[in-house]
Amino acid sequence: MTRVYVPRDSAARSIGADEVAVAILTEAALRGVDVELVRNGSRGMLWAEPLVEVVTDAGRIGYAGITSDKVAELFDAGFLTGGEHASSLGVVDDIAWLKDQQRVTFARMGITDPVNLDDYQAHGGLRGLRRALELGSEATVEEVLASGLRGRGGAGFPAGIKWRTVMQAQADQKYIACNADEGDSGTFADRMLMEGDPFTLIEGMTIAGVTTGATIGYVYSRSEYPDANNTMREALAVAYEHGLLGADVLGSGKAFDLRLRVGAGAYICGEETAMLDSLEGLRGMVRAKPPIPALEGLFGKPTLVNNVMTLGTVPAILADGAAAYQAFGTERSRGTQVFQIAGNVDRGGIVETGFGVTLAELVETYGGGTWSGLPVRAVQVGGPLGAYFPADKLDVSLDYESMIAAGGMVGHGGIVIFDETVDMSLQARFAMEFCSKESCGKCTPCRIGSIRGVETIDKIREGVDRANNLVLLNDLCELMTDGSLCAMGGLTPMPVQSALRHFPEDFQR
Amino acid sequence: MTSRHATWSVEAGQQVLDSLPSDERLILPALQAIQHEFGYVPREAVAIVASFVNVSVADTHGVLTFYHELRTTPPAPVTVSLCMAEACQAVGVRSVAEDVAKAIAPLGQRSSDGSVDVVEVFCLGNCALGPTALVNERLIGKVSAESLVRAVASAREGVNA
Ligand SMILES: Cc1cc2nc3c(=O)[nH]c(=O)nc-3n(C[C@H](O)[C@H](O)[C@H](O)COP(=O)(O)O)c2cc1C
Ligand code: SF4
Ligand code: FES
Ligand code: FES
Repeated sequence: MTRVYVPRDSAARSIGADEVAVAILTEAALRGVDVELVRNGSRGMLWAEPLVEVVTDAGRIGYAGITSDKVAELFDAGFLTGGEHASSLGVVDDIAWLKDQQRVTFARMGITDPVNLDDYQAHGGLRGLRRALELGSEATVEEVLASGLRGRGGAGFPAGIKWRTVMQAQADQKYIACNADEGDSGTFADRMLMEGDPFTLIEGMTIAGVTTGATIGYVYSRSEYPDANNTMREALAVAYEHGLLGADVLGSGKAFDLRLRVGAGAYICGEETAMLDSLEGLRGMVRAKPPIPALEGLFGKPTLVNNVMTLGTVPAILADGAAAYQAFGTERSRGTQVFQIAGNVDRGGIVETGFGVTLAELVETYGGGTWSGLPVRAVQVGGPLGAYFPADKLDVSLDYESMIAAGGMVGHGGIVIFDETVDMSLQARFAMEFCSKESCGKCTPCRIGSIRGVETIDKIREGVDRANNLVLLNDLCELMTDGSLCAMGGLTPMPVQSALRHFPEDFQR
Repeated sequence: MTSRHATWSVEAGQQVLDSLPSDERLILPALQAIQHEFGYVPREAVAIVASFVNVSVADTHGVLTFYHELRTTPPAPVTVSLCMAEACQAVGVRSVAEDVAKAIAPLGQRSSDGSVDVVEVFCLGNCALGPTALVNERLIGKVSAESLVRAVASAREGVNA
């Protein structure tokens, strides 16, 4: 019996992985050969999807870009024993693009069957939770603190400090709220973890629950991710069945219940306090802080809000120790970041590596430049509120401090590449338009300012009183930066002003 | 109505609400459950949800109008949700949207035969294989207007089956 892997990741499925899986089973039956088909997560080499892998004595051999009409050819080439074919990548673990990465959060990604708990444990799963239960709350929080882990949702707040605050808070009920509302364009790491290794998130949240004394957890996901939500539901059911969740987590006597909630299309619900309102079933309106959610969060109770990547990294930190994790990265940005390379890119996908990798390495070495073959002109880092970098400023180090110094932010680690056909005044206009559509409406600079921003950029693009309107646009950006309650209004000027700064010619056409 | 969804009645709506787990007896989950079952939130349902959750009709209406995805009219049998965010812009979704406007319907509108709604969404998490769309719940990468027309046709077969 030969084992064959075809990803169930929705990106792979979006270009035909399901059809390939069916074709392999049909062809195998036709030829009378025994094939065990496993639907794994994606390795993150999205440029190689649909990626078919075959288990051989030499290791797992990969075949890239397979479509259902190529399957018969693969059988003819003897792919079940690793036979040569034009699409062959050789042993997948030896591919430099993968091998040179430092995979911690994504260590199991693409290797295991996402909803098979035995497979999960055979690849190191649940070691972190078992160790946390042994260590107890105080020592577990110390471990998270010592790892240097900072929030991966965008703001980069030290995770351990938040954990300690919630742990020390006194209340009859505390909550864990996982922010899986991944709305940033160019990001898909949360989605891939939920689809490709959901037990890692469940384990991370369970560690957070038993450590802080929160007995109920919510994953707040998005309706735009139907496949991820289905996989999460499946994994949650398996976790309950095996006593990983419920009244007695792994026989520890501690209770942790975990549920999935899905949003209804509102970018602002990724902001943590808007997310909490949405979890309460209300409009996703941003709350003023203080009080901080760690003390007064969901239904007014102490709530730990962390991103999927933050919580999904905790099992590895507990399993292998804080020292191992904090050996990666730079002085103040410890550990690894799961970067997502997207947009007009030849080799897009997931690159997890220590902070301090340069933007140029991700764009050129990993990304291989643009998919169109035209020169790179602009790269947006950190989602719709992130800065645009011009092609000659890609030598910036990707860590929290260097990015701020360069006028940008790491955000959730999304890297979106544009070729030379991009019109940066149109991108600036879109940033304002997006803010006007997604603003929660609480503050005037954001709600109204963004509409004025669109109008002003339109005038500039049409050549109406350009000089004055450029001054007005900068004024407006300053007002939004200073006068907004949250980063929606506060950071929308970042893409706009970086476009103005680095690409002034696009506002003078 | 489409066979994707049940036909609204007050009794059917009440049944949907009564089957909600205790921690989802909140405005948004209640409206979502109604929309999931019937395809939209009928006018009549608003007051029923409000009294079920024990909040005002105004608050319920406020939630209904806040979320882009909640709707107050029945959807077409097929919905094409085209991602118009940056990573898809970088691979030409603006021109795909123009082609889709001719081949199916402009963003935010329904095709002239009433069979397809085309809506704008921001990021479907498929940003390395864009332009991307959802056709009902099926994610499709590297889309063109032609591939979307084909996907709509196969979705319609699924709906009618
Ligand atoms: C407009 C806006 C959108 C946001 N979207 C997300 C998101 O989709 N996912 C996320 O984890 N954090 C998002 N954040 C950041 C959260 O407010 C919060 O900082 C984060 O969830 C905390 O978790 P962390 O410390 O693990 O990063 C967003 C913030 C703003 C202002
Ligand atoms: S800045 Fe915008 S999104 Fe944030 S609270 Fe104000 S109005 Fe709401
Ligand atoms: S109504 Fe409050 S600022 Fe105008
Ligand atoms: S930007 Fe289109 S799928 Fe993410």
